[in-house]
Amino acid sequence: MKLTSRKDLIALRERCAAAIANERKRILVCAGTGCASGGSLDIYARLKALMAQRGIPCSVELADEPHGEVVGLKKCGCHGFCEMGPLVRIEPAGWLYVKVKVEDCEEIIDRTIVGDELIERLTYRKGGVSYARQDEIPFYKNQHRIVLEHCGHIDAESIEEYIGVGGYSAFEKALFDMTGEEVVQTVLESNLRGRGGAGFPAGIKWDTVRKTPADQKYILCNGDEGDPGAFMDRSIMEGDPHRMLEGMMIAGVATGATKGYIYVRAEYPMAVARLHTAIEQAQEHGLLGENILGTGFSFTIHINRGAGAFVCGEETALIASIEGDRGFPRVRYLPTAVKGLFGKPTVPNNVETYANVPLIILRGAEWFKKIGKDPKNAGTKVFALTGNIENTGLIEVPMGTPLSEVIYDIGGGCRGGAEFKAVQIGGPSGGCLTKEHMDLPLDYDSLKSVGAIIGSGGLVVMDEHTCIVEVARFFMHFTQNESCGKCVPCREGTKRMLEILQNIVAGKGREGDVELLLELADTVQNTALCGLGKTAPNPVLSTIRSFRDEYEAHIKEHRCPAGACQKLKRIYIDPQLCKGCSRCAKGCPANAISGQIKSPYSIDLSLCIRCGACISTCPFHAIKEG
Amino acid sequence: MSKAIDEKAVCEIIKAHGSKPDAIIAILQEIQERYHYLPQECFALISREIGVSMVKVYSVATFYENFSLEPKGKYVIKCCDGTACHIRKSIPILEALRKELGLSANKKTTDDMLFTVETVACLGACGMAPVLTVNDKVHASMTPEKALGLVQELREAEK
Repeated sequence: MKLTSRKDLIALRERCAAAIANERKRILVCAGTGCASGGSLDIYARLKALMAQRGIPCSVELADEPHGEVVGLKKCGCHGFCEMGPLVRIEPAGWLYVKVKVEDCEEIIDRTIVGDELIERLTYRKGGVSYARQDEIPFYKNQHRIVLEHCGHIDAESIEEYIGVGGYSAFEKALFDMTGEEVVQTVLESNLRGRGGAGFPAGIKWDTVRKTPADQKYILCNGDEGDPGAFMDRSIMEGDPHRMLEGMMIAGVATGATKGYIYVRAEYPMAVARLHTAIEQAQEHGLLGENILGTGFSFTIHINRGAGAFVCGEETALIASIEGDRGFPRVRYLPTAVKGLFGKPTVPNNVETYANVPLIILRGAEWFKKIGKDPKNAGTKVFALTGNIENTGLIEVPMGTPLSEVIYDIGGGCRGGAEFKAVQIGGPSGGCLTKEHMDLPLDYDSLKSVGAIIGSGGLVVMDEHTCIVEVARFFMHFTQNESCGKCVPCREGTKRMLEILQNIVAGKGREGDVELLLELADTVQNTALCGLGKTAPNPVLSTIRSFRDEYEAHIKEHRCPAGACQKLKRIYIDPQLCKGCSRCAKGCPANAISGQIKSPYSIDLSLCIRCGACISTCPFHAIKEG
Repeated sequence: MSKAIDEKAVCEIIKAHGSKPDAIIAILQEIQERYHYLPQECFALISREIGVSMVKVYSVATFYENFSLEPKGKYVIKCCDGTACHIRKSIPILEALRKELGLSANKKTTDDMLFTVETVACLGACGMAPVLTVNDKVHASMTPEKALGLVQELREAEK
């Protein structure tokens, strides 16, 4: 149904809200990439079939005209608690069932939907306590969900549900009650900073585009979330796509741009599909297209799929890619806001930044500034918490939340009770934070002061068994591989740095390697063309700063303190346990084991190739690694 | 050279994207979706239809990781080696798959054209690390054993 006026939109919103209220119970099955891979779509299908079988009136799509009481069954976006998936939420009780299987569906229908009973074995348990309500679970309790407020709570593929919970009312406000200048002013005052990494104030970009005269302006959404270990934007695009579209549309109203482009990674097929659906729905409802709601304002949105180049997350490379070129970064003589896509003024922001906009417009800049500890770092930040941590998943906390709260209160500490060692923040462009940073507030400026960046928001937790030098090598391998090859410092510098790191983890490090790494890092940082190169040395620099002793141990003692580097493993025979049977010596392919029958054997480490063959042959378990 | 492509169909793809130079990537993606790789013949065709040099089309096709100039297997297994998967031991999974299928970093596709094994930087499914995808379907919390089981299942299905 096409809406042609403000009145139409308001009327539709009332009808949708009434229809949601009419659903006496709602079953929300998480259909994010995580839970879907755990079989949540089968669970959805089974629940649907069961309700049909039992004759329970069920609404899959929100009915515009409510008729009789129904049970809503929805595929929703990511709840964030991926570790516990597949997740099923029951409303209005607010219960969360975790690790649900298809076999559980019958019980859910019979006991929870027909009856009003909680199925205790499906609830989340921790330390002997079972948590029925989602908001009581420690993982959720300590979060502050604004950007993700709809993720997991509404049908991700329904514009009606989005409108029913107040969606597109910020767009409506911007379009009818505010001038473009007022919108820009609000965003400026809110201090909303780019959530893509650098933290540049969004309002300044908007203001520049607004003030630059041009026959065509563009709104660009960077959804090329390439940092390994980050999936915040994916979850927003999959779980609440309309929210992001609304933010882009408001940017259009504010700056006078009439075309929007979304650049999404090809590795996110579900996000692409959901965005396509959302755009089509918005067009059908007359919220995108020509003469929107009778105002004369026109706006269209186009999706470009990436093709697997990390460098395209860089603004100028992304623009080159949309223009149909190789994703080479360009030298920025003029900012993108003045000369961007197709040479025209362009607003370049990322997914999460746009998703923040509707609430800022609705509730005002003052409201936004009060979230977080420091008005200069206002709002919330979504982080992807992964690695060796108990609760992996997607979290949203106010800016300035101390690291310890994120790691322990929400994350539940390291897996299996291991000792926390470091957390990599900001992916391959970021740095690592260690135990001494536990009280550090997570915001743009505090992180910058310790040489890390918030980046897109990936938090990869490492415990005592992770070798920090190997992690630095991993990131350098990644950036080296993704270096586009245009400028020499990045192309050659990352290669040399990678070589040195590879040597160090292989036990071939030389005296002076650390100093050489620091020197190369300095050169690459200062002379590379784009953000990829400029930040590529960060993981090396920050790990050297915090764990120089580990580098030294690898180089000088050929020892890996974490015991993780395969080539530095030491294999030795415990003389107390060895009976001198010679079985290991016979099986050693390198002839590295020698000794006399019936007395303890020994391994010549200069010959040993660390294949581990002896370990499995020893009948007395006398051969050990360490 | 054998006619690997249906010229008419490819032209339709190009037209559907407005025959514009800025649509090169989208055009190549759609051709690849049809053939599972980019047959050489399509470059001349694209160059002619949208009026850019063949070098330009080729440069774009070779720049992006996702484009393949060689045919891929029926099942494309992408092993995620993003940070989160790497830390939760994704490399042994990759090694097990390569060993089982007789593949390496250079030889990515089996001779019977059934399997292709690749690595990918991050699938954004870090919560369930380590993961791999088979033709874009995500398989979570993998181990070398589970991965080999998956290969076995796919082989059975082929019989």
